[in-house]
Amino acid sequence: MTTNTSRRNFLKKGAILSGGLMISFVVPGVSRLKGAAVSADTDFVPNAYLRVGIDDSVHVVLAHSEMGQGIWTTLTMLIAEELDADWSKIQVEHSPAGDPYRHTAFGIQITGGSSTTWSEFDRYRKAGATARVLLVSAAAKKFGVSESECRTENGWVIAGTKRASYGELSAAASTLPPPKDVPLRGPKDWKYIGKGAKRLDAPAKVNGTAKFGMDMQFPGMLTAVMAHPPVYGSKVKSFDATKAKAIPGVRDVVQVSTGVAVIADHFWAAKKGRDALKIEWINSAIASFDSVAQLAEFRQLAGTRGLPAAQKGDVNSAMSKAVKTVEAEYSFPYLAHAPMEPINCTVKIENGQCEIWTGSQMQMTDQEAAAKVLGFKTEQVNMHTVFLGGGFGRRATPTSDFVVEAVEIAKNSGKFIKMVWTREDDIRGGYYRPSFVHRAKIGLDAAGMPIAWDHTIVGQSIMGGAGPFAAMIKNGIDPTSVEGVSDSPYMEDVPDHYVGLHTTTTGMPVLWFRSVGHTHTASVMETLVDELAHTAGKDPVEYRRTLLKKHPRHLAALNLVAEKANWGQSLPEGHFNGVAVHESFGSYVAQVAEVSIDANGLVKVHKVVCAIDCGLAVNPDGVRAQMESGINFGVAVALYGEITLEKGHVKQSNFHDYRVARMSETPVIEVHIVDSTDKMGGAGECGVPPTAPAIANAVFAATGKRLRQQPFGNINLKA
Amino acid sequence: MIKLKVNHKDYTVDASPDMPLLWVLRDILGLTGTKFGCGVAQCGACTVHLNGEAVRSCVTLVSRAEGQEIVTIEGLSPDLSHPLQRAWIAEDVPQCGYCQSGQIMSAAVLLRENPDPTDADIDDAMTGNICRCGTYPRIRKAIHLAAKLQHEAGVK
Amino acid sequence: MKKTSIIYLLFMILSVSFMTLSFKTGTNNKEEGIAKDSVGSKKAFLQAYRVLMHPRCMNCHPSGDVPLQGDDSHLHTQGVKRGHDGKGLYALKCSNCHQPQNTPGMHMPPGNPNWHLPPADMKMVFQGKSPRQLAAQLLNPKENGGKSREQLIAHVTSDKLVLGGWNPGDGRTLPPLTHTEFAKQFKLWIDKGAYLPDK
Repeated sequence: MTTNTSRRNFLKKGAILSGGLMISFVVPGVSRLKGAAVSADTDFVPNAYLRVGIDDSVHVVLAHSEMGQGIWTTLTMLIAEELDADWSKIQVEHSPAGDPYRHTAFGIQITGGSSTTWSEFDRYRKAGATARVLLVSAAAKKFGVSESECRTENGWVIAGTKRASYGELSAAASTLPPPKDVPLRGPKDWKYIGKGAKRLDAPAKVNGTAKFGMDMQFPGMLTAVMAHPPVYGSKVKSFDATKAKAIPGVRDVVQVSTGVAVIADHFWAAKKGRDALKIEWINSAIASFDSVAQLAEFRQLAGTRGLPAAQKGDVNSAMSKAVKTVEAEYSFPYLAHAPMEPINCTVKIENGQCEIWTGSQMQMTDQEAAAKVLGFKTEQVNMHTVFLGGGFGRRATPTSDFVVEAVEIAKNSGKFIKMVWTREDDIRGGYYRPSFVHRAKIGLDAAGMPIAWDHTIVGQSIMGGAGPFAAMIKNGIDPTSVEGVSDSPYMEDVPDHYVGLHTTTTGMPVLWFRSVGHTHTASVMETLVDELAHTAGKDPVEYRRTLLKKHPRHLAALNLVAEKANWGQSLPEGHFNGVAVHESFGSYVAQVAEVSIDANGLVKVHKVVCAIDCGLAVNPDGVRAQMESGINFGVAVALYGEITLEKGHVKQSNFHDYRVARMSETPVIEVHIVDSTDKMGGAGECGVPPTAPAIANAVFAATGKRLRQQPFGNINLKA
Repeated sequence: MIKLKVNHKDYTVDASPDMPLLWVLRDILGLTGTKFGCGVAQCGACTVHLNGEAVRSCVTLVSRAEGQEIVTIEGLSPDLSHPLQRAWIAEDVPQCGYCQSGQIMSAAVLLRENPDPTDADIDDAMTGNICRCGTYPRIRKAIHLAAKLQHEAGVK
Repeated sequence: MKKTSIIYLLFMILSVSFMTLSFKTGTNNKEEGIAKDSVGSKKAFLQAYRVLMHPRCMNCHPSGDVPLQGDDSHLHTQGVKRGHDGKGLYALKCSNCHQPQNTPGMHMPPGNPNWHLPPADMKMVFQGKSPRQLAAQLLNPKENGGKSREQLIAHVTSDKLVLGGWNPGDGRTLPPLTHTEFAKQFKLWIDKGAYLPDK
C-alpha cells in the first residue's frame, strides 16, 4: 500500500470508539491541506482533530471557535496531555464545517452554552491518545521492539537508546489500523489538565498578525457596506444610487432582502457610497413599536397569571398564611452584544463553489443557510472560521442573518465581497437580549423563611425565533425565559410556589446573550433573597446558607467567597458589600461586590471577589480569565446596557450611548476556584449573572434603596 | 498621491485626502493589525502612533498624517520583544484579542511619558480603549510588568 | 527672579485694587465715550452668561479635571483628563481624536487646531458658577489667564476656539446667541463698567 492510497482509504474509514464518543476518521475539506507546510502524502491524520506532519508539527483542529474564551489553548492541552506532543511544535486551526465537528452533546456544530471544555474533554483526549498509540506501534515496528518497551516524551517515541520523532513516524503510522479503544491517563499523570498553559493565541494577538474575519483580503475582493432600514425589518421600495456610484472607488450597488449594499474598492468608499444612497422604505410592523409601550404592556401582563413554568402545592393558600410578604417588580431592557469586531462576512463564489470566511459560532447552520440562498448543495459551500473578535452569542445566529446577507450581496453582484457592518449597524441590528419584566410576591413564616413564592415573568422567547431550537419549547415554556427562576434552588425548596410565564411576540428579534436567561433571572432571585434576608432581620450570607443547606455546590462557592471577601468585617469608610450566588451552565458562582456612592450619587464598583465551583478546572487561569471577563460584562449589564426604541427607531447607535465597562470602571477582581471533583460545568458565561445582583445588594447596603430596573449606573442614588 | 511613512517604510498611496488613516492602513497598505471598532473615536481599537502620539486613526484624515511618522502594531517590534508585548504574553492578557493592538499602542505612550505609572495613571491613559472581553485587570497587571521590564532593559 | 516676582505681585495687587475701585466708581466715569451703567452692564453680562454656560462653552470649563460632553454635559466618556497644559494625558490627549477641523457625521469628535481645556494651574471653571462668580472670575487676571479687559474682549471676539462654539459639528446645538451678539453683549458688559451681577 502506498501512503497515498492508504490515506485515501484511511479518510474514508469511520470508527466508533468506545465511550459512546465518535472520533471521526472522515476529514472534511481535505483540499484545505494543500499548501500546508507538511506533505499531504505523508501527513499522519489519525482523526479529524489532529494531524502530524513529517516536520514534527502537530496540527490541532478545533471543532469549536476561539472567540476569547481560550479554547484554542484548552482543547490543545487535552490533545497534548495524551499525545505527549512537543508543545512548541503545536499549531492550532479552526475546523471546517462538518459532521466530525458536531457538538458531542448538542448534535450540531456550535460554540455556545459554555460547553466546549466539558463536551470535548473525552473526545479530544481520545484523539490524542489514539494518535499516540499508532505512533508507538509504528515505532515498535521500526525499532523491532514490543510496544510496551516504548515510551513517549515531548514528540518522541523512545525505546532504550532508540528514538524517533513523531514526524519521522508519521508516514508509517498512517498505514496502521486505528485501535478500537484507547486508555486515558488518570489525574495523577496529568501534566496540563488542572495546571494550564499559556495562551497559544497570545503572540499573534499582540503583534497584529492574528486574522479576524475583518482582516480577510485577497486579490479581487471588494468591500460591501450595507444600507439598513432605519426601522428594523423594513423593505426597500425604491432607491437611487446615482450619487453613490459617482463616488470614486464604488464598483456596484445591489439590492438584497435586508437593504441595499454598496460595493467598493475599500470600506471608506463603500461607506461614503452608502451614505449617498437615497432609499425609500416600506416600513415593517416594528415602525409602531415603542419601548415605553412595551414596558407598560409587560407590566400589565405581569399582573396576570402566566403559563406554568414550575408549580408545587397551593401558592394562594400558603400565601394567606404568611406572616410577612415581600412584593417586587423588575424590568430589564433589550441589550446588544456589541462584540469589539463589528459583524462581517467574506464570500467568494466561483466555479460552483462558495467560500465563506467569517467568525461563526454555528458553522454548519451558516453553511446550510448559504447553500439555500445559492441553490447549492451543502458541500458546495466551504466555511472558513477565523478568529472571532468577540461573540457573546451574536455570532451564533440560527437565522444566519449576516451570512445570508453577505451571500446575497455576492450572489446579486457576482463579485467577491467582504461585507462589513458599521458599529451603528451592529447596535441597531437586532438580535438583542430580550427585555423582561418580573413580578414576585413571597410569603414568609414567623421565622422569616419563605413559605410561598408567586412569580411571573414576561418577555419574548429566544428559542421561538431560533429555528430548530424552537423544539426546546415545551408546553409553551421557553426554558431560557425562566431558567434561574423555575429551577432555582430557593424555589425548589419553597413548598408552595408558582412560576408563570407570558411569552410576548412583538418587538425586535431576540437572541441568546452571554448567560442567556440568567442575565435577568439571577438579578431577580438574588436581590429578592437579599430582601427576604433583610425582612427577616438576618445577615444575607447566613440567610442564604440556611436556604441552600441542601445545595452543597452553591454553599461551597458562597462559603469560599464569604471567607475570601472577609464578609462581615469592616470596610473602608463609605464602602459597602453585597453578595450573590447563582448556578448557570453547570457552574456555581458566588460574588461579593464592594461599592461606594460618589459625590454625584452614582454607584462606583471598587472590587468584586468571586468564587467558582466548575468541577475540574482544566485550565485554572483560563477559568479566572473568564470570571474577570464575565464580571466586567456584568458591570456593563448592571450599570450601562440599554437598547430602547421609539417608533421603531433604535435610539442608541455606538459606544457613546451604548456604554460598556471601561478601564476606569473596572473593579479590582479576585477569583478563587473551589477545589472540586464534581461534574464539570462551563466558565464562559457563569461569571456574568451574579455581578449585577451583588452590586445591587451592595447599593442597598449603602443607601437602603432597592434597584429593580437595569441599568442603574446613571441613577442619582443620593436624590 | 499621498506620501506616508509607516513603520519606517515609505509608501505612496492613491487615496483621497479625506480618507481616514485607518482605511489607508488596512485596505490600501494591508496592515490589518490596526482594527476598526466604532469609527467615531469611542473605542480605541484603531489607535496608532502619529509622531509618537496615540491617535485614533478612524477619525484622523490621511492628509494629517502625510509625511509624518506613523507606527502601527506591526511596527512596535519585529520580534515580540517590546516590553508591552512580553508583558501581555506573560499575563495572558488577550481574550478575543481584537482590541489589543489599540490597547498596546495606547499603553506605549503611557510608558514613554510615565515609566512608573500608578493604577490611576493607567486609568487616565487607558479609559479610551474598550475591551468588551473585560481584560482590563490583566492589562493593568501587564502595564505594571512592562514598566518593570522597561526599567530592566534600561530604557529611559 | 526675586525681583520679577515682586514686581509681578505688585502689579497684581495694583490691578486688583484698580478693579475694586472701578466697580465702585464705575457709574460716574466715562471711558471711550460709553457711559458706565451698572444696570446695562449687568444685563449684558447675563446675556453673555447664557452663552458661557451653554454646553458648547462650559463643556471645556468643567469643575473637575474631566471635560464634559453633549448637551447634557456628561463627563467625557473616554475618561479624558485635563493634564497640566490642558491638552490631555498620555494616550488621551485632545488632539488624538479632535482633529484640526470637525469630523463630519453624527457623534464624531468636533475639531479645532487648538482644542484644549484651561491648564491645570488656571482652570477657569465655568461649571457651577453663578453669574456674579463667573463675572468676577473673568475679570480677575489671576483666574482668567492674565488677560486685561481689552484682551478679554479680543479673546471672546476672535479666538478661534471660542468661535468653534458656533461651528460645533453635526448634531450639536448652538449657543443661545449668535457669536456677534455674544461678543457685543460681552463688550457692552465691560464697556459699561464690568459690573458684577447681584447673584
